[in-house]
Amino acid sequence: MNPLVDVHNISFSYSSDKVYSIFRDVSFSIRQGDIFCILGPNGTGKTTLLKCVGNVIQGWSGTVNLDGRDISILKTSDVARGIGYVPQNQTPSFPFQVRDIVVMGRAPHLNVFSSPSKKDCEIACGAMEMVGILPLAERPCTMLSGGEWQLTLIARALAQEPRVMILDEPASHLDLGNQLRILRVVKSLAERGIGVVMATHFPDHAFIVATEVAIMNKGIIAYKGQPEEVITDCNMRETYGVDVRVIQVGEGVDRKVCFPSL
Amino acid sequence: MFSKDKRTGIGIAPGKLMIIFAVMLVAIAVSALMLGQSTISAAIIFKIIASQFLQIDRTWPLTLESIVLDIRLPRLLAGILVGAGLSISGASFQGLFRNPLVSPHILGVSAGAGLGAALAILFFGNIVAIQLLSFIFSLLAVSMTYGLSRVYRTTPILMLVLSGIIVGALFSSCTSLLKYIADPVNDMPSIVFWLLGSLNNVSNRDLIVVGPVIMIGISVLLLIRWRINLLAMGEEDARTLGVNTNRIRLTIIISATMISAAAVSITGIIGWIGLVIPHIGRLLVGPDNKYLLPVVVLVGASYLVAVDTLARSAFDTEIPIGILTALVGAPIFAYLLRKTRSGW
Repeated sequence: MNPLVDVHNISFSYSSDKVYSIFRDVSFSIRQGDIFCILGPNGTGKTTLLKCVGNVIQGWSGTVNLDGRDISILKTSDVARGIGYVPQNQTPSFPFQVRDIVVMGRAPHLNVFSSPSKKDCEIACGAMEMVGILPLAERPCTMLSGGEWQLTLIARALAQEPRVMILDEPASHLDLGNQLRILRVVKSLAERGIGVVMATHFPDHAFIVATEVAIMNKGIIAYKGQPEEVITDCNMRETYGVDVRVIQVGEGVDRKVCFPSL
Repeated sequence: MFSKDKRTGIGIAPGKLMIIFAVMLVAIAVSALMLGQSTISAAIIFKIIASQFLQIDRTWPLTLESIVLDIRLPRLLAGILVGAGLSISGASFQGLFRNPLVSPHILGVSAGAGLGAALAILFFGNIVAIQLLSFIFSLLAVSMTYGLSRVYRTTPILMLVLSGIIVGALFSSCTSLLKYIADPVNDMPSIVFWLLGSLNNVSNRDLIVVGPVIMIGISVLLLIRWRINLLAMGEEDARTLGVNTNRIRLTIIISATMISAAAVSITGIIGWIGLVIPHIGRLLVGPDNKYLLPVVVLVGASYLVAVDTLARSAFDTEIPIGILTALVGAPIFAYLLRKTRSGW
């Protein structure tokens, strides 16, 4: 199976002399149904990396192929038809209704002069139903909780009908219930054949959903592989500089869990 | 599937609301033609206008025909074009800049126009020069703002606003300097009066030149209005949705600037409309530009024509419309804010 997205040796730097890079020589690939989790400390370049792969910012070097085509020469709308991007939590400035926001995901399928058709609204409805926010359709987005807003953004990306979805810390700022709700949605995306790339601060989330994990530290991918191989006492200590124990739990949970200790 | 009524602030579907406002605009336009120093009946006005296209026996005095065709009609059309144009520019800019305090003048249009007009009054003193120089200088000011914003390599939107403030201050201080050195008997009052704005001097000839510019600008903004929603989510979000943000931002800036530069060149500076009408529109139909922009065009046109009719017929001397738009608009706005829904 060919990868949907193939990232090869990309680097990014804000300064023109390329001395201070945000990250460098990062490579990975995403296939159908993959959930690729990126862990790493704050400020290590996870968000910037995801923005480069999603073609949100430009000026990176290296190659990102979407279905074998180089995204730097694709049109913005062609990229948006293949890759859905869910940004980190940010507050909306206009009280758009939830359905108005979700239907914005249809933009890459519409030309500059057109508004969404009935069919676009139906696709948006389907996306809202899939993430479970259909009852919120008419709610102004300024009156949503953090979890509801995150689900709205996921539904918007889903309305793009992408083959790959990038989520930037979708579960940060959320309570335990909402965190798991988001993870359930992420898992169902992968079951539908969408390739998922997700940055997260929770190693446990990687244990729950990830098919592959990378640990980013100081601008490079330090470790990459199966969650059990990558998330270890030693690697966590090295990455975050604190003592962490990774323990296998049984009794109905049957997976590994990460325990920090002060 | 969706019930439409919930999206508007007053529980009427946007489509119906647009018909209501279109009817309102027609009613206000007819009253604007009727009212003035001499009141003319609607029947005669209709006949006079029809007689331009059809063979109708003239049963009215020639002076009435001249009042309707050469004075009130161009003034009415200017009111419609300028009111609609400034309002839709304001609404588009508020979406683009994601900021409720933005007016069409944010990028320096009016500051540029003011300096152009002041220069023309001082050195040429005729109306064609005033219109031409104010138009050229407002385009110059906005180009400078845009150019300056490109110098810095950070958030383009923030830099546009800051550059607008810088360029605006530069042009306004030059205008103040000209006012200071201008002849206080003739030139200074005409500069001040021009800066207050008026639909008084608009002729049919002006409309032929300026009308198409404003109409093209309005049409472009109406055509891309759903895309402006995407920009209102923020530049990066819009890119993830496949929007070519640079191109659409430039399209909005050029359209809105052409509209307000053209408007300012024939009427002087009419403030407040471009700031407040979009808010009133949002209270009525919500933030979705798909409905907001058409409604704002209708409401803006109605509002300016109504206020202008008031300005020229309610008092013995005509009051500059720039004063009245704020004097009438502020209380209306304050009242509407009481009924405001969540957000703006």
